[in-house]
This record gives sequence, C-alpha cells and structure tokens, in this order.
Amino acid sequence: MTSSTARPAGTAASASPSFATTATAWERVKLARHPERPHTLDYLDDLVTEFIELHGDRVFGDDRALIGGLGTFRGRTVLVLGHQKGANTRENIARNFGMARPEGYRKADRLLRHAEKFAIPVVSFIDTPGAEPGIGSEERGQATAIAEALLTMAGLAVPIVAVVIGEGGSGGALAIGLADRILMLENAIYAVASPEACAAILWKDAAKAPEAAATMRITAAELREFGFIDELIPEPVPAHLRRRETIAAVGDAIERHLDALAPLAATPEALIAQRYAKFRQIGAWRAGSPRASGLPPEAG
Amino acid sequence: MRGFFHRGGKFQPLPTDDERAEHVIPEDLWVKCGHCGELVYSKELRDTQRVCPKCAYHMRLRARERIAALSDAGSFTEWDTELRPQDPLAFVDGGGPYDRKVAQTQAKSGEPEALVSGHATIDGRPVTLVVCDFDFLGASMGSVFGEKLVRAVERSAGSRQPLLTISASGGARMHEGLFSLMQMAKTVASLARLGRERVPHLALLTDPCYGGVTASYAMVADVVMAEPGALIGFAGPRVIEQITKQKLPEGFQTAEFLLSHGMIDLIVERPALRQTLVRLFDHYARAGIGTWAARATPVHVPELTSLTPAVYPVAELLTPAVAGGERD
Repeated sequence: MTSSTARPAGTAASASPSFATTATAWERVKLARHPERPHTLDYLDDLVTEFIELHGDRVFGDDRALIGGLGTFRGRTVLVLGHQKGANTRENIARNFGMARPEGYRKADRLLRHAEKFAIPVVSFIDTPGAEPGIGSEERGQATAIAEALLTMAGLAVPIVAVVIGEGGSGGALAIGLADRILMLENAIYAVASPEACAAILWKDAAKAPEAAATMRITAAELREFGFIDELIPEPVPAHLRRRETIAAVGDAIERHLDALAPLAATPEALIAQRYAKFRQIGAWRAGSPRASGLPPEAG
Repeated sequence: MRGFFHRGGKFQPLPTDDERAEHVIPEDLWVKCGHCGELVYSKELRDTQRVCPKCAYHMRLRARERIAALSDAGSFTEWDTELRPQDPLAFVDGGGPYDRKVAQTQAKSGEPEALVSGHATIDGRPVTLVVCDFDFLGASMGSVFGEKLVRAVERSAGSRQPLLTISASGGARMHEGLFSLMQMAKTVASLARLGRERVPHLALLTDPCYGGVTASYAMVADVVMAEPGALIGFAGPRVIEQITKQKLPEGFQTAEFLLSHGMIDLIVERPALRQTLVRLFDHYARAGIGTWAARATPVHVPELTSLTPAVYPVAELLTPAVAGGERD
C-alpha cells in the first residue's frame, strides 16, 4: 500500500508493457477519464445481445446519463445498469458527462425492483464523475434518490455484480455499486470525492489534485489491497488502446462472478445476508479507553 | 472564545460548554445570535435549547447538549465509547497528517469521534439515540461513525426499540477515502434489515446536513424531520454555484425548501420535538407492529363483520338511488 507513494512521477501514458505497474495515481485518473475509453454502451455492444433499453423513472423524466435495460449476456438474461459518458462534447452534453440526476437513480431503483420481480441478475457498469450537483437535482431530491437506490440494492433478492470501468465518482458511483461482487479495471479509479474537490477543500488549492489522488488511495491495486475490490481486471495496455480485449476481459470476469453467485440466487435470504456481511465488515478503527459517558454538567 | 464576537459570517458555531466553563468573564454571559445579531443572555439560551428568543433562529447544538435536552434526566447510557478513528490511508493533506488532525480535534471538541450513540428514554419511551457532533471535523462520516451507527441500528433491531438519528454533517470524511464512502452502503444496509424487522427509524436533520450522510442513512428514515432553517442537501451551495454559474434561488436547500418540494415529512421546532417524537412513538406502538418489547394491554381490533354495517351501510345507501332510477 505505501509503495504506491514512491512511484516515479511523470511517466508518460504509453503502451509500454511496464506502464501498468509504473503509472501514478494521477496518470490513472487521466486514463480513467480518457474520452476514448470504452463506456457502458461499448460494453453492451460487445457483450450483450437482444438489448432492450428501458427508459424513465415514472416520476419526472428519463436520465440519459444512467441507462438500463434487459439483455442477453453469454446465454443468460441480465439487467444492465450503467453510467453513460459521451465520447465527444456533443455526446457528453446529451449524456450530461455521465453525471446522473435523481431521475437516473430513481430509474435504477425501479429497474432493480424489476430485476428482482423476475429473478434476473444485475450487472452494473460504474463510470461517472459523480452525481450531478445542480439546482434541479437538489429540488428533485438527489440525496434521497441515491439513498433509496442503496436501500433497494441492500435488500435485493438477486445477485448483483458491479464493475468500475472508468471513473468511480463518490456517492453517484456507489448508488449502483452496492453489489455482491465489485470488480475494477486496473486503470479505473474509485474515490470518496474527486481529487480536484479533495484538493480544493483540504489543500485549499485544486491544482494539488495529483497529490490528493496519491494520498486518497483510489487506484484499483490499492483498493484491492484494502479488500474493497473482489477482482482487479488487468489492463496491461490502457483500455482506450485495446478496446475489444479490455471489454472481453471484463466480460469474462463478470461471467465468472455471475456463475459463482448463481447457486445463491436460489436462496435469496442467504444472498442478502452475505451481501450485508460484505459491507458490514468495512471499516478501520482502533479501540481506545472507553470515554466516560456523560452529559454537560448543566444538563438535565 | 475571546474572538467570538468579532468573527463575521452568518452561521458561526457557538462556544462549546468547555469553552464556556473555562472563561468566566462577563461577555460569556451574553451570546450574539448568528442570525438577528441581538445579544441574548446565555442562561436564557440554555432554557430555550439555544433557540434565539428574539428571532427563533435555531443555533447549533453539540451532541451531548441535544441528548441532555431531549432525553429523560439520567436515562442516557452511552455505547461504544472505546472506538477511535484510525488512519488506514496514511493520509496527509495540506494541513498535515490525518492522525494529527484527529488528535487536535479530539482535544478541542472533547469527543473521541463525531457520533454519540446510546440508549435513553424520552418521556419514558425507550429509544436508540444516534447524534452527530458537528464540532468534530464537521461530523463527517468515517469508519467509526459508520460502525457506531450500525451497532446502534443492530441493537435497535434486537431490542425492537425505535431508532432516532439526529444528523448534522458535511458528508463522507475524505481522509478515510473509500472506507468513508462505503459507510454509506454499510449504514443503509443495516437500516434495510431494521426496516424488515419493522422497527421505526425517525430522522431529524439539523443544520447543516450534506453529502454522504443525506444520501445514505438520514434520508431513508420512516419519518424525516428537519429543524427550521436547517440547510440540507446533496451538493453544497458553493459547489453548485461554481459549477452551474447560476444564482441559487431564495431559501435554496433550507428545511422549508425541502418541505415544499416534498422531500421531508415535517419541520419541527426544537421545543416541540419531544412531544412530536412521543406522539409518533405511541402511534407505532399502537399500530400493532410490536415495536415495544412488551405491550401493557392488548390492542383491540374490532371484528370486520361488526364494523361493516355500522360504517358502510352499503345496501341502504344503494337502494333509494336504484329505486329512484326506476321511478323515472
């Protein structure tokens, strides 16, 4: 874990075989955000047939930054959810740069329940800078929409496999990531806040983002060491340079985990209990001497 | 404390109890309201639970002040006081290592972490209490916060006593990275189980409540309440303004704004909180859900057969109309 801080800085993003092990956290941030990096729809194109996109939250609108639908993945029907970024500015404007609004999370919530109703496993692709910060999003309950998607996933009676394919940006990423298995591409990142936001708040200087990226431990290798990630999918060459190979490797990993979870699908209570145990044990603390329990002296 | 009256800004934190106790100087007798600017006799503020008697502004309360004001005297038993934050990422920011920041915050706030949890009674009703202390790193949610909350939720599920969470938080704690983010999943997952047990979770959102706390356990409560004027949201107002380059509407993200947009159940003024909670507790207790461990008297449920004719005289109501139709 600590070795990551000692990585040589300034290594150019190249296709050299050693890149995978030498890239800095900040370089991986740039790779994770690379516009040509495969996005959810690219994975759907290669891995899923007979896809039917299902739209709308039935309350307000359809969010094009978070898509979902039914499809066939290697012989089985799955519900696919995923953030969708654009490959260029025009697409990105249509997709709101992959930043979902409350409608997106409410659609995800609705589709998760739909999957549960018909005993269909869920595959989600995480790739977002974060949930949209905006006036309308606040008015329509961004926080509640995320919280309710989490609540649904926590109790969902079907297997959920999530893959971080690019940017795992904070609560907006986690909202479709409370999964039985969390997989992550080697050059993807997953963070509690963007390095820029973290730098702006804790360094009072957004330009310190590369430093923040390193100390935040957001790379797949570091998160694998902490045990957050069930499988790190190697990316010997950055995904945007080897699109098909990367997508196929992700497909193989998803298949492995869906297969492993399949027996549990017959016993939803055990599946949900196992998912609870997975998240229940996450935390790092130490035991000090118990604080004297007490209230302020003038209280009462 | 000395500089307190000279600080600007609308939402300045009030001096803590420790600070008040340490500085017995005349100006401590008076507190300037952060909203109307009036000087208020500090003893009077204690009687009003720090609601400004001039403008009804709800000043921030420390966790233990809140618990003292809300629970029956001597009824509070604190849990998990031995849990201390760790520094799993060896996090160092512009201000130095996280470890050091924690030690400083602990010394200054007198709290080992940002969350105080325990068991208490409110007008005799047993309740699991979980309260944020904003003076501890903005009550940001890290591993200890999440663990204490989940243990409290699990105890609530076991005892079948309702859970009351009182939140004020800046969101997930950045210094603990993904450990913090995952506390959102962990806390919500524990509440999913509490929900299946049909034990009520009531949430009170106080000023300010943002990010990973609003987007997780706080907003999935059975009843979501807020204090008047509290700022509540997902993204902070400055972030939204910077990104959208739009002027924020009047009253944006206030409790009143959330109520009018259908995002919370009710706004409760601080002096009315106890009574509101008791009413809710009693409704759930009587609802036959079995929240209380032991019910004093069995609930009377009228039989359907005896109820139907008295309330819905269907036949009598229909007959004249049908008859009238035939006459014409």
